[in-house]
Amino acid sequence: MGQVAGLLLDAIVSGILVGGFYAAMAVGISIAFGMLGISNIAHPALILLGSFIAYVLNAQFGLDPILVGVLATVPFYFLGTLLYTAYEFAFERRGTQLIRGLAFFFGLLFITEVGLQLIFGVDYRLVEAPYIGPSYNFGPVSLPVRMLIPFLASVLLLIGLQLFFTRTFTGRAIMAVAQDKFALQLMGAAPVRIKRIAFGLSTATASLAGAFLIILQPVEPSMGRDYIGRIFAICVLGGIGSLPGTFIAAVIVGVAESITATFYGPSWSPAIAFGFLLIALVVRPAGLFGRA
Amino acid sequence: MSNGRFILLACLVGVALVAASLFVTNEYYVFAAYFVLQYVVLATAWNILGGYVGYVNFGTTAFLAIGLYSAAALNKWLDLPIPVLIPIAGVLCGAVGLAMGYLTIRLRGVYFTIATLALSVVVQTFITNWDYVGGSRGIYIMRPTDVPVFGSYVAYLFFLMTVLAVASVVIARVIERSTFGFGLAAIRDDETAAAASGVPVLRLKLVAAAISGALMGMAGAPLPFYLTYVEPTSSFSLAYTVNSVAMPLVGGTTSWLGPVIGAVLLGTMQQAMTVLISSSVNLLVVGVLLVIFVIAAPNGILGLIRSMGGKKPDPETNPLAAMLVTEKRSSQ
Repeated sequence: MGQVAGLLLDAIVSGILVGGFYAAMAVGISIAFGMLGISNIAHPALILLGSFIAYVLNAQFGLDPILVGVLATVPFYFLGTLLYTAYEFAFERRGTQLIRGLAFFFGLLFITEVGLQLIFGVDYRLVEAPYIGPSYNFGPVSLPVRMLIPFLASVLLLIGLQLFFTRTFTGRAIMAVAQDKFALQLMGAAPVRIKRIAFGLSTATASLAGAFLIILQPVEPSMGRDYIGRIFAICVLGGIGSLPGTFIAAVIVGVAESITATFYGPSWSPAIAFGFLLIALVVRPAGLFGRA
Repeated sequence: MSNGRFILLACLVGVALVAASLFVTNEYYVFAAYFVLQYVVLATAWNILGGYVGYVNFGTTAFLAIGLYSAAALNKWLDLPIPVLIPIAGVLCGAVGLAMGYLTIRLRGVYFTIATLALSVVVQTFITNWDYVGGSRGIYIMRPTDVPVFGSYVAYLFFLMTVLAVASVVIARVIERSTFGFGLAAIRDDETAAAASGVPVLRLKLVAAAISGALMGMAGAPLPFYLTYVEPTSSFSLAYTVNSVAMPLVGGTTSWLGPVIGAVLLGTMQQAMTVLISSSVNLLVVGVLLVIFVIAAPNGILGLIRSMGGKKPDPETNPLAAMLVTEKRSSQ
């Protein structure tokens, strides 16, 4: 096998692995933005909050970051329901959602970021776990375990959520709430309560994504911003509110970035997601898998 | 007040500011006042699109940085003076604003917002990879040694920024009272109804996006000379964005006066707090104020002032104003 082909194959494999992790980051936005119509641009900052919680508990008590991520979904769920209650009270009920709602979440993003900076400084932080060092090698392709585990966990998370949305009453009600609030009420579900649960779920995924992020790479507080464009690009490309679409779009973006990083240098990869976002918005705003 | 009188008044305020700067002995105050005036320009520019049309731009840093780096690059290449660099930066950023608008503004407003957020990441990527202006290492800018008339270079920069601030406030106010401005307000209130009434929705939005972007870029052009050293991380600081969003929202978005009030209040507060406490804490305060105002006082300080004189505001939509009015009445 040629050297270039080997590099390409390796780039594609690591792109798929990173893409799976991007799906875990994007799924929260897919729920909040795609299903509920809430443009929660603070989501990446919440992911960083999740990373730092994993960091603190790992450094203090040696807890496994993924275990912390799973445990923290509970407080994150309640944080989400609290945020939604505030949002619903201050914006949805008044009908002035867009500008002020965006400014509200932008303020939250900023407060979280600066707050983390005040507590932890701007140094990069990392976690320790037995699976962070080793990697399996197959010829030119290497499979670092620190990338494999977030990938598998993300796939599990997405499958779980997809089952929840398609098989349970609450899940189906969430899918329905964006489509027809009135019809939902006729089916015996309260839209505000359903949206609160959904938004709670969306924030709960941030704690898991945060744990995956700090396993993949060291983090610092302002990193969340770099992911905003990427996450929204994935959601738009995948079709607003479609979880399988989100996963496929995340893998596409991951592979494109990884190939760019391998052949043109990693400093160019942030521009890739933006290219995808613009193309998606201009050519097909409904996304690859959305209803047109 | 007619436009002519307003322009005259604005120019008088500008002349007074510049005259005052020439008599101030401590250069730090001029330095701090430049910072505040820069935010008057940025907040006013943001408000032309955000407040008048209702399209939220979170890419202030991108526009500012394009202005900043185009000035730095052209100064290095051709040694152009700042008064030439400012209009070039304006044209460049106006074009970027137009292009961004053309690509995304036809969709729902929120896509435009997300695209502007992503734009700042991309512009930062390009500048970090642009070796001519130092890449991630940054670049030093030599200030010319002799400055005619003004004596000190900081006073000269302050004069330029005053001109920009006066110009942008005048532009905002002229727009507000023109057919163009009424068209923008109609789009903000109900885009479909505006289109149905014959408002050329797309064209007006694009013109507003171009003007807004151009003003932000022009504010960035003198910045490398003010800082003398620029590098991507601090040039793309989220502080510019959060301030240019918070200032109009705190001041009030429906009038030219709102962003000015917001910029003067928050800008002065930040300068004072940077000296007294720390710069991270003052940014935290700006973020908290932004959240409080969008929840409790959606019409900003201007809205609070207006509700003092008028009928009792609805506590459901405007809690802070309602509270203030009740307190005033019960204390009488």
